[in-house]
Amino acid sequence: MNGNDFTFVLDGENIPFEPGQTIMEAATQAGVYIPHLCYHEEYRPRGSCKLCTVKINGHFGTACTMPVQPGMQVDNDTDELTAMRRRVVQMLFVEGNHYCPFCEKSGNCQLQAVAYHVGMQDSHYPHFYPLRNVDASHPDMLLDRDRCIQCELCVRASRETDGKAVFGLSGRGTRTQLVVNSESGLLGDSDFSITDFAARICPTGALIPKREGYPLPIGARLYDAKDIARVGHRQPSSKAAGEK
Amino acid sequence: MHEHLETASDITGLSRVVIEPVSRVEGHGKVTLLLDDERRVRQARLHIVEFRGFERFIQGRPFREVPTLVQRLCGICPVSHLLAASKACDPFVLGNARITPTAEKLRRLLHHGQVLQSNALHFFHLASPDLLFGFDDAVAHRNVIGVLADHKELGLRGIRIRKYGQEVIRHLTGKRVHGTGSAPGGFLKPLSAPERDAMLRDIDQIVDWCVASNALARDNYLANEAEFRGFGESESAFMSLVSRDGAAELYDGVLRVKNAAGEIIVDNHDPARYLDLIREEVKPWSYMKFPYLAPFGHDAGYYRVGPLARINNADFMPTPLAEAARREFVDYGGGKPVQAALAQHWARMIDTLMCAETIRELLDDPELLGSDLMAQPSEPAREGVGVIEAPRGTLIHHYKIADDETISYANLIVSTTHNNRGMNDSVRAVADKYFDGREISEGLLNRIEVAIRAYDPCLSCATHALGQMPLIIEALNPDGSLQSRLLRHDDGRIAQE
Repeated sequence: MNGNDFTFVLDGENIPFEPGQTIMEAATQAGVYIPHLCYHEEYRPRGSCKLCTVKINGHFGTACTMPVQPGMQVDNDTDELTAMRRRVVQMLFVEGNHYCPFCEKSGNCQLQAVAYHVGMQDSHYPHFYPLRNVDASHPDMLLDRDRCIQCELCVRASRETDGKAVFGLSGRGTRTQLVVNSESGLLGDSDFSITDFAARICPTGALIPKREGYPLPIGARLYDAKDIARVGHRQPSSKAAGEK
Repeated sequence: MHEHLETASDITGLSRVVIEPVSRVEGHGKVTLLLDDERRVRQARLHIVEFRGFERFIQGRPFREVPTLVQRLCGICPVSHLLAASKACDPFVLGNARITPTAEKLRRLLHHGQVLQSNALHFFHLASPDLLFGFDDAVAHRNVIGVLADHKELGLRGIRIRKYGQEVIRHLTGKRVHGTGSAPGGFLKPLSAPERDAMLRDIDQIVDWCVASNALARDNYLANEAEFRGFGESESAFMSLVSRDGAAELYDGVLRVKNAAGEIIVDNHDPARYLDLIREEVKPWSYMKFPYLAPFGHDAGYYRVGPLARINNADFMPTPLAEAARREFVDYGGGKPVQAALAQHWARMIDTLMCAETIRELLDDPELLGSDLMAQPSEPAREGVGVIEAPRGTLIHHYKIADDETISYANLIVSTTHNNRGMNDSVRAVADKYFDGREISEGLLNRIEVAIRAYDPCLSCATHALGQMPLIIEALNPDGSLQSRLLRHDDGRIAQE
């Protein structure tokens, strides 16, 4: 290895990277899927969901925040990490109220797809059954806090892309909830619009457009036929208007 | 009626026999019998011990997800709930306008596939062991595995009829159970020509098998008529949907009630006004309500629903082979509605034949492949009622929405609930006739279950309600005498007696 050798080892494969890239960015560029929920390439990473935890030179770290170094040894697809990620996803499921059977996002939901990917068969932990409000006050969008995993993607998109700061997190610990920046606290009283990028970025069904119902039949949805690892890294882009 | 056996005047010294769970039915129920020293039945009840809560927990949910949500009431007839809820929620999108012709045909095809598979499941998997082997046959043999061992062709035919119905559902909703085909305002998924052709390939065979199945049910009933006629007999009126011209109708129509004398006492009743017709009584020993026809009072308003009601009520069947089968049934009744509990199996197979023929007709309709699936929204309503004939009878979904389009009110009257009184009456009729003075045996207890099974009850569907249901808790001494009694009234008050 010399100073110009910009490669690192990911699951035993040499992967090239560009200086300054995180492990997530380099892996995504190389077509390697690392499970994640709170990461989006257009925003500064938070490292809050911990789902992208990998083993870096023998130590755990989040792939979305860790810059790659030449020669770094990174483990991603291992039984140990899959088991840990499964626990993380199970905790996300029990912390909210996620009912996939009738959720309109089912089949297109990253949380559900990641759960399948990590082999989640049950919730494992006792459900919290938190009391969270559904906000149906907006004419075009539904905010169902039951399904919110507090990834803050909508917070970041609204603030950094839409320039509106409609969303924020409030409260502490298990009482943390997504709040809306309006006098009444209702989405319908905010300046949120269905054309905002924040309206398209939710990885679950917490923010969904009204009047769409179940737009794709079972079998034709994004993750029906292929595991999320094979579908690969796919996120809405603020540059592609109308993409979902 | 055998209501004198609902509650014993004095339970002191009576011994208790419990059948739990009632087998080969959908859901969970139990029967309790109280017998005196001479083994005479003093009290007989079918208790529904499951508890759900759909009417309450869908409140606050957006109405567009409700059809897909409430179909989870059942794993056997989810399509019926999906469609009844879709119909009830159509006005929230369309106001008084109708869904498109293609959407209606797709819903009809879906529903007939549902009734076909559910009826086949009940007749072949659940009921046929009693009918083929007799009520006293060994338990280990009296089941669908026994049917497949002794009557392989027949058993496989039943499985294949059911499979066909499931495939219709899969083509239209993406899954055999709990798909997403129908939605408020229309239908979501167009049907492709290859999917239609796949269903066309086997439909003639299915119709032929349904003709043979009807003959089997008819011949079985007539061969055992002396025993079956009075078995669990309960004389009631019958309620069902019919089309405006009086044909049997599963998807959309008007309510008709025929009394035991064969007179039509309610006709062309708008299903949206079901509350003018039906009241629900609650009893403290069951989670399932007891509906009756309000205009006729508690006693005269006793009615039943289901295939027997559909065949008894219809002026004609909309398809030729089913109509020929109905005529045989009507001739047997001699101008009056057939009341025998076990004649429900025969009626169910006529119903099934109609489904198979209707599926064939729909598959030949080019409009089925249309792409105009969702009607244009118009001035929306805030209240909707959807009534459908589910496999087990008339199914009513009723919703109201708030300004933000979330559900603010829900009332469901499920087919099996209509038959609660009928099932209890048939249980008491059997207990009255067969038990008195006899040694209790498995075969004797099975007769109770045979009577319940004849109604094809779906007990999990029927216990959707959440309310302040009156409850009685009784503590009994070892000799059966009453020690104390706690009563929760329907207004929530609790009192000790």
